[in-house]
Amino acid sequence: LSEAVEPTTFEEAAYVLASAGANGSAVRFCGAGTKAGWGAVGAEPSLELRTGSLDRIAEHNAGDLTAVLEAGVPLARAQAQFAEAGQMLALDPPLGPDDAATLGGVIATADSGPLRHRYGGVRDLVIGMTVALSDGTVARSGGRVIKNVAGYDLAKLFAGSFGTLGMILSVNVRLHPRPPRRVTVLGVASDREVLCPVARALAAAPLELDALDIAWRGGRGGLLAAVSGADPRARAERAARLTEEKGLEQVDIADDDESLWARQRAGQRSANAALVRVAAPPSLLPEVLRAADACGATVIGRAGVGTSYLELDPESVPRLEEELPASARRVLLDAPAELRSAADPWGARNGPALELMRRVKRRFDPAGVCNPGVFVGGI
Amino acid sequence: MARSPAHDPLPAIPISEQLSDTPAVATGEDLTARLAAICGPEHVLTHPDALATYRSDGLGHYRQTPLAAVLPGTGDEVRRVVQTCFEAGVPWVARGSGTGLSGGALPISEGVLIVLARLRRILSVELDDARVVVEPGVTNLAVSRVVAPTHFYPPDPSSQVVCSIGGNIAENSGGAHCFKYGFTTNYVTGLELVLSDGTVVELDRDDPGYDLLGAFVGSEGTLGIATRITLRVIPAPEHVRTLLAFFEDTVSAGEAVTGIVSAGIVPGAIEMMDRLSIRAAEEATGAGYRLDVGAALIVEIDGPEEECTTRFEQVKTLCTGAGALEVRAAASAAERELIWKARKAAFAAMGRISPAYFVQDGVIPRTRLSEVLRRIDALSAEYGLQVANVFHAGDGNLHPLVCYDGAREGEPERAEQLAGEIVRVCVEEGGSITGEHGVGVDKKAFMPAMFSEPDLEAFQRLRCAFDPHGLANPGKVMPTPRLCGEVPGPYREHPLERAGLATRL
Repeated sequence: LSEAVEPTTFEEAAYVLASAGANGSAVRFCGAGTKAGWGAVGAEPSLELRTGSLDRIAEHNAGDLTAVLEAGVPLARAQAQFAEAGQMLALDPPLGPDDAATLGGVIATADSGPLRHRYGGVRDLVIGMTVALSDGTVARSGGRVIKNVAGYDLAKLFAGSFGTLGMILSVNVRLHPRPPRRVTVLGVASDREVLCPVARALAAAPLELDALDIAWRGGRGGLLAAVSGADPRARAERAARLTEEKGLEQVDIADDDESLWARQRAGQRSANAALVRVAAPPSLLPEVLRAADACGATVIGRAGVGTSYLELDPESVPRLEEELPASARRVLLDAPAELRSAADPWGARNGPALELMRRVKRRFDPAGVCNPGVFVGGI
Repeated sequence: MARSPAHDPLPAIPISEQLSDTPAVATGEDLTARLAAICGPEHVLTHPDALATYRSDGLGHYRQTPLAAVLPGTGDEVRRVVQTCFEAGVPWVARGSGTGLSGGALPISEGVLIVLARLRRILSVELDDARVVVEPGVTNLAVSRVVAPTHFYPPDPSSQVVCSIGGNIAENSGGAHCFKYGFTTNYVTGLELVLSDGTVVELDRDDPGYDLLGAFVGSEGTLGIATRITLRVIPAPEHVRTLLAFFEDTVSAGEAVTGIVSAGIVPGAIEMMDRLSIRAAEEATGAGYRLDVGAALIVEIDGPEEECTTRFEQVKTLCTGAGALEVRAAASAAERELIWKARKAAFAAMGRISPAYFVQDGVIPRTRLSEVLRRIDALSAEYGLQVANVFHAGDGNLHPLVCYDGAREGEPERAEQLAGEIVRVCVEEGGSITGEHGVGVDKKAFMPAMFSEPDLEAFQRLRCAFDPHGLANPGKVMPTPRLCGEVPGPYREHPLERAGLATRL
């Protein structure tokens, strides 16, 4: 890395990016750097474009439940402002040291947390975006209203693109009311064939759960179901009854549940071991837990969505690959550098979909300078 | 100049992306013979009488007769039809049930219309994983029916009895329940696509890589054809409460909506009707709406029983607090039906008040409602034409109905102009030119009001990545025709990519 630039305006960012594009020098985009280790190990870029000075909350339209935020805004700061109006951006990934994670980084990696169960992921909450491309173009898509079908939904393309298409400068998001009260139903089991059917039953029940997670390690685990609203207690009791009837033990309702969910979020990261994200249909959850047990992995999972986070010894990662059901998609997130450079964190991917991704990359970043080599298939 | 893609000289870049001009054009007879060989002659229509049905979609004032309409019966037939068009250099338009309201399925005279109505199989219902897999011609309502009573499919455009899932995907369809439940794009989790060169691409929400699935939904048939669709369904709400409130004017009804939203309540639906639309709907249905009021508000709360009951009482209080003249809570399913009957009839009922009308589809930030309605009133007076307003009040989606008499000289043109002015007002107030009907041909001239040239150029990049020859629904969405140039400069392959690194994880 020979240079780091922290632009203060969109024009400046676009100008710097265009210069890099013209010179053919690789650029990396960086927010707080809390997920800097994710993705494949690409070539060391010669320039880092930082979003630290693009940190304005440009609009918070409380009455319209929308906001416009520059990419460098820390998500925690945005949430604090939304909370003052009784609102939230329904996106709760782990935020890293000092809760420093920025909107831009969370969106570029499509990271999420337990609330994904009810509100969907980044792609479901971003309603518009402004990006800079490597030829200096600054382009907007979407809008500032939650319902809008004009033009192509480029925000979806950039969400989760790991900076390989261009630089996210600003995002428009839809907000949700912050529920007045929330409680969490808990239960434990020492048999995955008991735990998983309870999770499925809760997911299929008309309870409008905020979140439905499991935690699992070494053949034993538990389930957490968050219930919120004007008066969530009675509903929580119904969920608890269902949970108990289906065979979970130590069923309880926690009023003070913040630490429980913080622990779930923390399980989506690994400081010293390897962290693999596995996506599989919820009906395959028992298989995922079986594979985890076989490899000594600790699991945090979104039981209704079908996404699990497995923390394990880096040396067990190849074994996990063999144990998981073939249809499960897996991505290596945290891992020691040796492991990430020795194997493709995205898993091998071929065929027409990858070819189409390459075409998209070529159209948006013809100079090929945006974060080259870190993404799927070496994009 | 025309050349065949089969003879492309540059192997490093995929075949179909290299050509900026279209391949050789076959004669019409040649092409129909080839299409007939794929789908059977009875499924290839070329006679003007047989094509009459297909000349327009739900927006009848745009009409065009295609070279041929072809009705493939399987996904593989769709692929072969598209491939045949590619080889012949013939553009095409995909069509579902033809209920679209922006002319998105308007045929092109020198192209083929690919009608997907025969692909209507429900391929699997997997409630354990809360999903269904369907072909594109399956109707929207059929999806909800097949997962009932435990689950439902939330996007519910008003044409849901006939409109197809494939069309819903093209338009990213909404409906009355979007504010709480979201849009089509939030429910599509897997797609099998046929690209314009005949390539079949499988996309899944969970696949690592770009969210091509997200980019495809709402692309109005310009990126390819979805031949197999996986949809997420959700548990059906156990309880529904519906009320109808009448107000002196739309301003106080708007205040009630603000009160509801500010209280953190997310109703399943909040619909507003103004004086003129109430009158039309009441005359058509006799649903019992009051005619001495300026606005009616339908609020529906759905969800778990306890939450529903608490929130419904709050909504009643908020409506009264905002000055409601009367609040009627539906006491039975029949009463609820009656409340909705008038709302659902509102568009068709305008025929009782006016010989003809345009349905407009604009979006505004909800808080700008009073100002926007005031400006619409002023425009209505200026043009001397009545405008009725029906409004998805939660998400700011406004449907002004511009009334006119086609028999009066120049009035249709003035009505169209007025409808256009209303869209510009929406954009000026921070909204959008379309909330659910799409751009199609109808709104493409308005795209520059919302997007700058660099924005449009960025859209075109996506289109060119999927369809470099411009064979998929050309002439739609973009305000001016544009071609895809070749990608400037070589693609820089990363060393890892070059090494063919294939180790998993």
